[in-house]
Formats: sequence, C-alpha cells, structure tokens
Amino acid sequence: MTDAALPNSPYALRQIVEARLKARHAQEKRFRAYGLIAISIALAFLFLLVGRIVAQGWTTFVDYRVTVPVFVDPQRIHADDIPGSNFDLMIADQMLARLGTKDDDVGTKSSKIMQIVSNDLGFQLLKQVRDNPSLIGKTITVVGPVKADGALYFKGEMKRSTPEAERKLDNEQLTWLDKMKSTGLVSSGFNTSFLTKSDSTEPEQAGVLGAVVGSAMMLLVTGFLAIPIGVLAATYLEEFAPKNRWTDVVEVNINNLAAVPSIVYGLLGLAVFINWLHVPRSSPLVGGLVMALMALPTVIIATRSALKAVPPSIREAALGVGASKTQTVFHHVLPLAMPGVMTGAILSLAHALGETAPLLMIGMVSFVPGVPEGFTGAATVLPVQVFIWENASERAFHERTAGAIMVLLVFMIVMNMAAILLRRRFERRW
Amino acid sequence: MLTWVALLALALFSGATFFAARRKALAAAGGKSVSLHSLPGYYGGYVALWVGVPAALLVLFAAAFGDRIEGAALRADMPAAIQAMTAPQQDVFFDDARAVAHGSQPSETVYEGGQKAALDAVAAKARGLEQLISYGAIAAAAVVALAGVFVAYPKIRPDFRARNRVEGWIAGLFIVCSVTAVLTTVGIVASLVWESWRFFQAVSPIDFLFGTEWNPQIAMRADQFASKGAFGAIPLFVGTFLIMAIAMLVAAPVGLFSAIYLSEYARPLTRSIVKPLMEILAGVPTVVYGFFAALTVGPLFRSAFNALGVQFIGGPLDGLGQYLSQVQNQMALVAGAVMGIMLIPFVSSLSDDIINAVPQSLRDGSLAMGATRSETVKKVVLPAALPGIMAAMLLAVSRAVGETMIVTMAAGLQAKTTINPLDTVTTVTVQIVTLLTGDQEFDSPKTLSAFGLGLTLFAVTLTLNVIALRIVQKYREQYD
Repeated sequence: MTDAALPNSPYALRQIVEARLKARHAQEKRFRAYGLIAISIALAFLFLLVGRIVAQGWTTFVDYRVTVPVFVDPQRIHADDIPGSNFDLMIADQMLARLGTKDDDVGTKSSKIMQIVSNDLGFQLLKQVRDNPSLIGKTITVVGPVKADGALYFKGEMKRSTPEAERKLDNEQLTWLDKMKSTGLVSSGFNTSFLTKSDSTEPEQAGVLGAVVGSAMMLLVTGFLAIPIGVLAATYLEEFAPKNRWTDVVEVNINNLAAVPSIVYGLLGLAVFINWLHVPRSSPLVGGLVMALMALPTVIIATRSALKAVPPSIREAALGVGASKTQTVFHHVLPLAMPGVMTGAILSLAHALGETAPLLMIGMVSFVPGVPEGFTGAATVLPVQVFIWENASERAFHERTAGAIMVLLVFMIVMNMAAILLRRRFERRW
Repeated sequence: MLTWVALLALALFSGATFFAARRKALAAAGGKSVSLHSLPGYYGGYVALWVGVPAALLVLFAAAFGDRIEGAALRADMPAAIQAMTAPQQDVFFDDARAVAHGSQPSETVYEGGQKAALDAVAAKARGLEQLISYGAIAAAAVVALAGVFVAYPKIRPDFRARNRVEGWIAGLFIVCSVTAVLTTVGIVASLVWESWRFFQAVSPIDFLFGTEWNPQIAMRADQFASKGAFGAIPLFVGTFLIMAIAMLVAAPVGLFSAIYLSEYARPLTRSIVKPLMEILAGVPTVVYGFFAALTVGPLFRSAFNALGVQFIGGPLDGLGQYLSQVQNQMALVAGAVMGIMLIPFVSSLSDDIINAVPQSLRDGSLAMGATRSETVKKVVLPAALPGIMAAMLLAVSRAVGETMIVTMAAGLQAKTTINPLDTVTTVTVQIVTLLTGDQEFDSPKTLSAFGLGLTLFAVTLTLNVIALRIVQKYREQYD
C-alpha cells in the first residue's frame, strides 16, 4: 500500500485501520475455529470408532445358556457303542416334552430344537456317559449355549416383527425360546467361554483363547529377538561406531526400514523364512521372526534417542575413574537409558500385536480350533482372528469380531499405558 | 530335544570353566585381584566364551540345517527305481522316506515292487544319516569345547589382558546385531528381486507395468501362457492412487490443522488430554479400522448415497439418481475416508514436531510486529516448517500406499481403471494379499506376480521415504 492511497484525515485513517483490524480478528477467530474443528473431527472419529465397536461387541460378553436335566434313557443308548448313540436327538426330545409338545415321525420338531440349542450339550453328555457308563438310566444336568441365532433373538437383533421367511428361525422356534426363558430353562450371564475357548465353526462356541495364546507366543519370539538385537545395534551405532561411510549406510538403511510397508515384510517372510529356510508355516515362530524384523528399526530408533538423552558428563565421569568404554556403556549409560529403551520396546511390541497384513502372507489365516501346540505348531493371533471372523458369513460372527476387537484393544491400551507410565515414572531431566 | 540337552550341558560346562578360570587367575595373583590386569570375572568370561560360543553355534547350525544336509545326501545317490520317476514324484518319495524314517505320517502314495524296496532302503539310510548328523554334531561340539579349554585356559596369567579380549567378543556381537538390520534390507531386496525376476521371465515388465488388464485369477495351464495380457497392473496403480488421494484429502487438512491448533493455540491442559487421545487413535490396529470401514462406514455411505439417488430418480438428474441408488458398500470412498482417519494422528504428530521445532524467536518477532497469531502461523511458522510438513505428507502418502488391511476389508477385488470415488477399485496391496493367502504352489506366475507387485510397492515407498528424508535433512535447522 502506498502513502498516496491513505486518506489525509486521521479520523478516516483510524476508521480504515479499525475496519481492517476487525477483519483480521475475524480471520483469527476463523483460523482458530478450523483448528478446533479439525481436532473435534479427529476425536469424534475416535469416539465413533470405539463406540461402534463397543456397541456391536458388548453383547458377545453376554451369553444365553440352556440348563437342562437329561434322563439318559437306556433304551436310546447303545451300551456297546456309546459314541454312536444320538444324544442330540435324546436331548431334543426331552426338551420338546418340557415345552409341552412332541416330535413328529420325520423329526421336524427335534431338528428345529437342534437349530436353537448348541450341539455342545450332546458332546458333554456323550463325554460324561462314555467316561462313566453307570450314568445310563440316571438324570444328568447339562449346561450349554443357545445356538447363535437363538442368542440373536434374545439380544433383540432378530425380531418377531420381521416376516417369518426372512429370518432364520420360525415363529414356533421363537415361541419355544420365549417359553424356555420364562421357565428358566435358559438363563443369561457373563460369557466366560468366549475367553476360555478357541476358534470354532459354530459362532456360539467360538472364543479367543487360542488367538490370545498365539499372540502371546508370537510376541515372546519377537521380544526375545528384536529387543536384544535392537538395543545392541543401537548402542553400537550411538556409542561405538566410527563415523564413516559404512555406518552412514547402516543409518540410512534403518531409517528407511522403519517406513517399509508391513506387507513387504510378509513377502520377505514368505520367500526367506518359509520357502528358503523351511520354518513351519502358520507357526508363532515364523510370525515372531517376521515381526522381529519389523520391530527392529523401531527399537533401534527409540534406543538411540534414549542413549542420546544421557548427558556426556556421565560417560566422562565413568571414563575418568578408569572404566573402559564397554564398562562405561554397560554399567552407566545403558541403565540410565533403560526407561526410554523399555518404552520404545513396549510400543513396538504393541504395534506388532496389532499387525495383521504380513501374517496373512505366512499362512496364519488357517482355522486353528485350539490353543497352539508349540512354537512350531499352527497358530493364529488376535488381529488375524478378527480378520477371519469378519470374513465369516454368519451374522453372529460379526458380534464376535467386535468382541475380539475389544479384547485386542484392551491389550493395546494396557501396553500403551504401561509405556506411558514407565515414561512418566522414570523420565529424568538432566 | 537332543539339541536342548546338548545346549544345556554346554552351558553347564562353560559355566564350570568360568569359575575354574576365575579361580586360576586369582590363585595366580596370590589371591589379590589388584595385581591382575583385569577383574577376575573377565578371566572366567574369556575362557567360558571360548568354550561355549563356538560349540553352541555348531550345535545350532546342525539343528537348523541337519534336515537339509540329510535331504541332499539322500538325493545324492538315488536308487535306479526312483530315477525313473518325475521330479514331483521324487519329491514326494523322499518326503515319504524320511517320514517313515522319523516315524511321522507319510503321504498316501502307494509304492510297489522296486519302489517299495527303495523306500525301505532310503528310510534306513535316512535314519542312519540323522543319527550321524545329530550325534556327529554333538561330538564335534564336545571336541570344539574341549579345544576351547585347551587354548584359552593356559593363557591365564596375571598380566593377560582378559578384559580387552572379552570386549573384543562384545564388539563382535555389536557388529553382528547392526548387520542384522542391513541383512533385513538385503533379504527384502533379494527376495523381491529374485521372485520378480522369475515372474518377469514369464510376463514382460512392460506388459506388467503398462498393461491395462488385470485378471490373474483365471486358471492357467503352462501351455496357456499366452494370455499375458492378464497381468497389466495399471488398474491397480490407479486404484491405489485413488484411495491414497481420498485418504490424503481427509488426513492432510485435518491432521495439519490439529497440529497447528495443538502447538499454537491449545493450553497445556488441552494438549495433555488431546495428545494421548491422538496416540490411542494412532495405536488402533489397522484391522480394526478395516472392520469399522466394512461394517459401519460402508453401509452408512451406501444407504446415504442410495437415499440421495432415490431423490433424483425421475427428475432432471435421473441418470445420476439411478447410479447413486445402486452404489455398493465397497466403494473407493469408504476405504479412502477410513484410511484418512487412520492417517490423521500420523500427519498431526509429525507436523506437531516440525512446528514445535520452529524457533520461538520467529514467532515472537512476528507477534511483536503486530501480527495476529493466525498471521504469524500462516506467514512465518508454516513457511519455516514447510519442508518438514512436505516430508510428513510424503511419509503419509507412503503409508497410505502401503496400507493393507483397510483396503483388503473395505475395498473390492475388481480391477477397474477409474477415478470415480463411488466405484469399486482394488489396490496393489489387496492383490498381494489375495494372491498369496491360502495354499499356493510357488511356480505359477499368478503367485509370483505378487512379488512383482511387492517390488513395485517397495520401490515406490522407498523413493517417497528417501525424498522425505532428503527434504528434512536439507532444510533442517535452517533458522537456528
């Protein structure tokens, strides 16, 4: 703006300046509001995400179980071939009797019962009778889950108002379910079996234990490899390495490795560990190896910054009283950097816990109906379990998926909290 | 099992030599550690390392590679009945022979006559070889350990520089650990290049990079290899780019503005609440975002667009209405938007660091001249932080390109060359996952094409990262 454009009278000038000031302040307010909006958007997404998952998943932790006294009818058990007897049918018939009706000749009603009561009851009965044949002729009480569709009805996801043809259970079955609930045959409670059972093809019997154990085993391998190797490599680079071309290459290399997409590590694991070194597929060992390579750069970078934060006076004091370079580092510098190192290590393990993509490459998507047998046995991990269940077509698995995510998030939050606490507790300003 | 016993025994023996050597050093110094060159423990450590480490490495090597040595030795002289078989049959035969030898379950292949005899012979030989390798390794390890005692133990005298020797071992360990990181890169590059090279022998790189037809799922026999047109990756690149662009449209403004607010406006209390919440958002596993996209955002967007489309039907925008009312769950917009949410904390925390690194004196100067805060941010802080912010954005792009789970769960599988955000697209990472999930034989170009895609992905992300790091290095501390 040139002077010529300015008005001569001070009053007019003041008016212009005030008007502009107003505009500038308005602009200031707008700018500030953009910032606030941006943060609100980010936080709103966080709450929406967590809220939706809790809303979809909390029902996993409520289960509906059938408690039914069953008379083990000697006429319906083949004493010489107990596993060949039809326990499911026996239970179904007795339940029909309790509901005040009877099976027809072709077994329509009993198979309708079998659609709402899990076959786990039959398995339990079979196991008890097989282990103890003297139970034949007595009455045993068995407890087992209502099948997933029945549970969806109790949870209000399947409604009577939906036309009969569009839902999986018909009116008669819903009436039975209501009656079973009112007569106390069905009770609800906290679903412990979700936490104590492993994957299953039946949604109501599927749980996360196998995946949790698999994750723990994989993280064990990752931690045992990535933390020592990463800490030693970082210590070398920060404290010992000469500054030359070779160490520059290593540095650039580590920085780039930290940003390589995780799926590329999966390709590496597939080509090197599985096809070349013949590490067993889908095992916690191969998963842990791949995750260790992935976590390595993170651990190295965290350790280096923790080592940088230790003031040189500590090193000089140790060297001054005659310690060797190695003694200085191991007796003084590393212990002082330990909180920072551990924080970095925990965060990188938390990241490894949530990582899915590379594990799909190395065959961890297989169906594993139990706790992994060992480090070389087939296993699955929590995030992959989430992926598998999300792909399942049955509606009841969606609820389980959200439930498994809740378990996963609890572990992630615990690990992150541990890292934050560690940082707060031991953080030292020099 | 045998390996573990051997390692345990070795550890015990090596521990025993530690104490023996320590004692010898003390005795040689007349019980006063002052007259030793190093602390007594270093003498013990020196001997224990020489005894334990080479032998342990030998045992571990035998455990890891014994199997392969055995396999190679068995194949070295093949019975005549087996030489007549085809290569895959031979593979099955040797697997079966070794399964019989080690008492595990062989395949269901039936061997008759000469083959049966050969199977038994090879199985017997495998058993012998296995014993030879495992016991041989243990015997060799014992010899090495004893040799270690004989070499290291006599050296112990008060003036022996044991500490320096032990530190030499530690230095070696340091270097091995640092090399691991380099080896990872070498492994990534080597495996990607090797498998891609095999792929490019079947499909020319030009067809791969510039072909417009992606259809690897078609079953192909070896002789049908003419349909090379099925491996054109352009639709995947376009899909990846589209989803990345949508993600950046969400993440860049929201992330940048939250960073500006947090570093320039927010009070310490707000900051101390918002930052950890952002960290939680950053810590949410991507599979969770994928679930969110597939089961919440997808249906939500679809029903919104469908409802909108119904409004238009019959009006002047009938065509658009028809289109909108048939939009599916798996549109690029859903995957892109959710990926954008995932990237918000990433962009925000990187930008926050960069904005905080701008010296306070610049802000003070600007404010003292009468600029408002927003003017200071726009005219002083942001220009100063621009290179860093550019780098942060490039890193975010790199992450968006390499992100897998969200797109696998929320984007489609159909390879289409389109930039319509409401259409279904597929990405490089989705295809890698689909091609390599489940059982696969490793010789078909279908499987190998995943490595070609992986190599491209690696090259692109690496370039982005290198550029980003260069920008940061070049413009760092310009104002200090």
